[in-house]
Amino acid sequence: MTTLQIEKTIDARGMACPGPLMNLIGAIRQGQVGQVFEVLSSDEGSKTDIPAWVAKARHELVEVVDEGDYARFVVRKAR
Amino acid sequence: MSQPDDIEQPLSLVLFSGSDDKLTAAAVLAVGAAVMGRPVNVFLQYYALDAFRTGNVNLDHGLAPEATAGQAEQVRGHKGQHWSDLLKQAKEVGEVDIQACALSMDMYGITRQDLDPIVDGVEGVAAFMASAAAGQVVFI
Repeated sequence: MTTLQIEKTIDARGMACPGPLMNLIGAIRQGQVGQVFEVLSSDEGSKTDIPAWVAKARHELVEVVDEGDYARFVVRKAR
Repeated sequence: MSQPDDIEQPLSLVLFSGSDDKLTAAAVLAVGAAVMGRPVNVFLQYYALDAFRTGNVNLDHGLAPEATAGQAEQVRGHKGQHWSDLLKQAKEVGEVDIQACALSMDMYGITRQDLDPIVDGVEGVAAFMASAAAGQVVFI
């Protein structure tokens, strides 16, 4: 895999459920296929919601990194 | 937009209660269903319909009777979004149709012009059930 280039980082830390997911959806909608987006979220719901939505919408969850008091979700727009 | 392709059963929410907490809980369900590709039908009756009248959306609609004083403080102090904003987001990402119950409209003596623009129309209960089809109907 080549080095990951993050198109946009969405800092949704502090936002309540389902805010971080909605911000990710907004970014993905406006993005181009192949672009990678990163969401930072401290919302517990994101841990289940973002993977569920990414799978359903058939994008790619590149990685989920636990950063302690928040999590970082890296998602590639697949279509 | 990366819309999920699968055909999903609709989620139909009957909103009866007009308190802000129940409206918010319902709006969260609507957002969740919409992002996961399920069509969402919302049917507004009684006190919920009153909250959707022009000029009423942003008023304080109180909380459900089971909220204790301590909970009420926590609910009101929470950073979450207003239910009307959640419903708007649900409409942006998915297929969400908000209809006012014709019977409740008649009860209040109001017409379509008296409703907030977030409401898509007025319909009878049979039409709502036709939209609900084989999907779940949730009464809130």
